Amino acid sequence: MPDNKDILGVFGDTETAAEGARKLRGAGFTNEDYDVLTGNPYPEGAFGEHVKPNRLFVFSLGGAFIGFAIAFLFTAATQTAWPLVTGGKPILAVPAMMIIAYEMTLLFAMIGTVVGVVFESRLPRSSGAGPVYDTRITSGYIGLIVTTTEDRLSTAEAAFKEAGAADVVRESS
Amino acid sequence: MQDRPRLTQTQVNEELLWPVFSFKRRHALAFIPPLILLMGGVIAVTILIYQGLWVTGLQRPAFWGFFIVNFVFWIGVSHAGTMISSILRLTQAEWKRPITRAAEVMTVFALITSLLHPVIHAGRPWRIIYWLLPYDFARGVWPDVRSPLVWDPIAITTYLTGSILFVFTALIPDFALIRDQSTGMRKKIYSSLALGWRGTPRQWKLQGIFGILMSALILPVFVSVHSIVSWDFAVSVVPAWHVTVYAPYFVIGAVHSGVSMVLTLMALMRWIFKLENYIWEDHFDAVGRLLIFIATLWLFFFFLDFAFSFYTREEQELAVMQRRLFEWPFNAITVIMIMTSYVIPIPLWLSKRVRRNIPLMFWTSILVNIGMWLERYFLIIPAIERKNELTFLWSNYVPSLIESLVVLASFGMVALLLLLFAKVVPLVPAWEAKEGIVFREDVQIGEVIVPGIIKETEEDKAW
Repeated sequence: MPDNKDILGVFGDTETAAEGARKLRGAGFTNEDYDVLTGNPYPEGAFGEHVKPNRLFVFSLGGAFIGFAIAFLFTAATQTAWPLVTGGKPILAVPAMMIIAYEMTLLFAMIGTVVGVVFESRLPRSSGAGPVYDTRITSGYIGLIVTTTEDRLSTAEAAFKEAGAADVVRESS
Repeated sequence: MQDRPRLTQTQVNEELLWPVFSFKRRHALAFIPPLILLMGGVIAVTILIYQGLWVTGLQRPAFWGFFIVNFVFWIGVSHAGTMISSILRLTQAEWKRPITRAAEVMTVFALITSLLHPVIHAGRPWRIIYWLLPYDFARGVWPDVRSPLVWDPIAITTYLTGSILFVFTALIPDFALIRDQSTGMRKKIYSSLALGWRGTPRQWKLQGIFGILMSALILPVFVSVHSIVSWDFAVSVVPAWHVTVYAPYFVIGAVHSGVSMVLTLMALMRWIFKLENYIWEDHFDAVGRLLIFIATLWLFFFFLDFAFSFYTREEQELAVMQRRLFEWPFNAITVIMIMTSYVIPIPLWLSKRVRRNIPLMFWTSILVNIGMWLERYFLIIPAIERKNELTFLWSNYVPSLIESLVVLASFGMVALLLLLFAKVVPLVPAWEAKEGIVFREDVQIGEVIVPGIIKETEEDKAW
């Protein structure tokens, strides 16, 4: 499998960035080949990108079930380990266990959600923002990053320049 | 009135990041009052640990005094932060943008501050560590899950963990922003915190879903936490504590004090950090209108507490209610509480001119918090002083200087933590402010130009 390399086109505004994306698609690059880097959210599809579905809800639901199970197991096990009648209440006091189960369900659902967001966002990245990045992206510039074979990098660069890119950043070899 | 400055992204970066990269006079001077208050508290706690709990006014049967009143107060304040942030996110209200992070962070710091109080209250706080580490597994001495004093730490830990995770995850894009603006060691630290964030559409979409999903998860926690704190009192058999109205009463009281604290925080943030372009009169107007409803609901529950006692006609409970209303000093406390929590602020807030007057909103929100602190005192102390029927076991709790200093120090601690936080990250989310710029369009309608907000329809989103 040939080694893919990255090339980044940096655009000063949304119109030139959208034009850059159109030029890339016209040059034969697909949505799988390029990604958009922005400093703030834009309307979905503004640069012709398509975001694949995510499975965040699986993490939240899974966390919720785990939390519920832990809470019930823990409260039931601890109370039956030393069965002490307090205030005439039953050893397994379901209303009290429900309160703890409610909290633990939500706690683990929240933890699962955060784990899911970080995982589904493909974070953390060991290489940080990556070797091909421009710090102007968080100052209003828009980046189009193409991952492709070395022989197609110049095609991408040409598409960027044609669309009016402010800068083109290549991966240093 | 419709004129709003059109900001550029560079301008947003400069105006929101200056506290992180520099230390201007107003920000530096703002540290002085909280530091003084905190120092007073440290001295007070040192004396308390050295001399013992006798330096407080606590005596049988009133073993819960200022420390617990303050504990409940700060748990209450912590509620509104997450509530406001979550409800505004769920309703996708545009005016949430400058408020959410400060409110969420206020929640975290208020919770941390409140958690210190039971520790100080123990008198010998190292014993708490001694009990817990290592935990006595060998003898099977498990916590009693039937006790609200076990539900309490579980609920508060859940809320604190959720709030911290909420704040941190929403901070990732701003960590990336600071990473990009930094050099040297600061760049390395923020690079680690940013986790390699680049701002791809997938990452932004997940941030959007996260905000809504986490809000939906943390709102039930918000309702349950202060209900559980109220059950520390309601599940006991102390007259006037043992009422079923306590859960919603405490929750609405928490919302009232917390939202007022958010108002105070907004006014201070705008002044200290020069955020006039982000925190507008409109925000104060909106929060003021919300507070009218919340305060009126609180007043309803205040009267409902009395109604429950009159309905049961229980002698002991009626005696405590009588004490609260007619005996010194509780009669004065009740009057001050009603005046500051409702009678003075609400008629003022009915006026739009007042709601859009930031200094007036600041001072009325301070009044509300004075009243709500007194409300916790009003609920807790009169009942516990008459906990037993045996009159030789009655006491009159008189708070000491030590306890007063600790209470004042708690305000200093929250303020200090917020100021330190502002030194590390922008209090107004920069990425949300920029999103607001992108999704805003000035629309010509007839002879006026109105700022419009663009919203993607559900069909546009591929969630």
